Amino acid sequence: MMLDDFMTRATLAGIGVACAAAPLGSFVVWRRMAYFGDATAHAAILGVALSLALQISIFAGAVAVALAMALTVTLLTGRGYAMDTLLGVLAHSALAFGLVAVSFLSGIRIDLMAYLFGDILAVSRGDLAVIWGGAALVVGLIGWRWSALLTSTLSQDLAHASGIDPRREQLILTLALAITVAVAIKVVGVLLIAAMLIIPAAAARPLSRTPEQMALFAAALGAVSAVAGLQSAYVLDTPAGPSIVCVAAILFAFTSGLRGLRA
Amino acid sequence: MSLVSVQNISVGYGATRVLRDVTLAIEAGEIVTIVGPNGSGKTTLLRALIGAVTPSVGRIDRDAGLRIGYVPQKLHIDPTLPMTVSRFLRLPGGATPTQIAAALDRAGVPDLSDRQMSGLSGGQMQRILLARALIGQPNLLLLDEATQGLDQPGSAAFYRQIEEVRAATGCGVVMISHELHVVMSASDRVICLNGHVCCEGTPEIVSAAPEYQALFGTGTGGALALYRHDHDHSHDATCGHDHAHDHSHDDTTTKAAE
Repeated sequence: MMLDDFMTRATLAGIGVACAAAPLGSFVVWRRMAYFGDATAHAAILGVALSLALQISIFAGAVAVALAMALTVTLLTGRGYAMDTLLGVLAHSALAFGLVAVSFLSGIRIDLMAYLFGDILAVSRGDLAVIWGGAALVVGLIGWRWSALLTSTLSQDLAHASGIDPRREQLILTLALAITVAVAIKVVGVLLIAAMLIIPAAAARPLSRTPEQMALFAAALGAVSAVAGLQSAYVLDTPAGPSIVCVAAILFAFTSGLRGLRA
Repeated sequence: MSLVSVQNISVGYGATRVLRDVTLAIEAGEIVTIVGPNGSGKTTLLRALIGAVTPSVGRIDRDAGLRIGYVPQKLHIDPTLPMTVSRFLRLPGGATPTQIAAALDRAGVPDLSDRQMSGLSGGQMQRILLARALIGQPNLLLLDEATQGLDQPGSAAFYRQIEEVRAATGCGVVMISHELHVVMSASDRVICLNGHVCCEGTPEIVSAAPEYQALFGTGTGGALALYRHDHDHSHDATCGHDHAHDHSHDDTTTKAAE
């Protein structure tokens, strides 16, 4: 059976994450939410610790904490703190609390590195189901709201005039972000999730004339990064998650150089 | 009933109250212009009409079949967002290629359909924004200084197009403008706003009203003709309002207004 091979499972996992990250990452780039994505991902380590302590699924714990984090940031902005200050406080606090919480779980053997940098080569069939299920959910969610999301990204006032509530669309993006973070933990780890969101989308920008093209190119570039990253990790004996991000970064440099940075 | 009726609304941002006790109604088929000095709450009033700001007091009733076409003062498109003109015109309603071609023709920019939005000039952008607002066949058109960045012929053509649309579709039009001389003559009704409604009525009535003259100054009793020809009159600086508005028709300097 094809799925018996760990490289096959790893490749499929990487492609699944790339597919979810592409449309979401495009919105993260357009709405200048890069740091927001980073903060949500860092908070997920606290979710991992809580899931292990409560013996619930890592996916559920990570989604819950990432979502709580994203909603807190959304609620607190505009109350006297700048967005980046707030994100800096909350993201790093959540990461620190998460790391401390993990240290209390002495009864369980945890490979912390696996959550910080991912452990894509250890993806099981169950993980694969969660990753592809989550990715399908994210793609479905964004596809369903695509026009409304685009309109509110362009201008909140234009969205209002068309009867779209930008706050609801923001909430949908936040939800998609939390799910993506949770499914990507196993693949690239919490520290590099934001890279999978932003780098393929940024690399797709010079190639694209429409938002749809950018999301599709981002998915293709992300998938190429996953496949090539895994292969090079295998050949060069390098860590798999960071290798995937390295390939994405090289693709970014290539597309930027190819078409020149368009202002 | 009216397309929109606003009853005694007050709107504030934080501690600042921008609008207080504003009441007005917009009927189908009329062109209403809102005039007022900078900071008088004109844009806030339009944003309240589209539902982007919620009044702290008062209520806004919208007709059940209301379809709003909104042309903002300006639209900044982030350079990271690739967007062709034709894609923008299909957002979010999903207009057909025929409708898009017709809309671009009407807007006088038939060749722009494959251009990137972020590469448009200010004047082209305003035409595209109007084209997009009209594609949804609105029954209420809201224009916030929509002629910014247009040269004088472009601006005149813009107002002619508004007039044609009104005649063809019977939609209501609310516009904000600093080009008093043009809009006063193109409007059925003028509302002079300065945090509250100072005065309203036909252009002739408003331009003769003491409240209007206190804000915009006339010196000659407020003949409408003044606004058609006199572009360099000085404002009365003693009444404590900021009266700076741009009378220039040069393409580059009008963009600096607001």
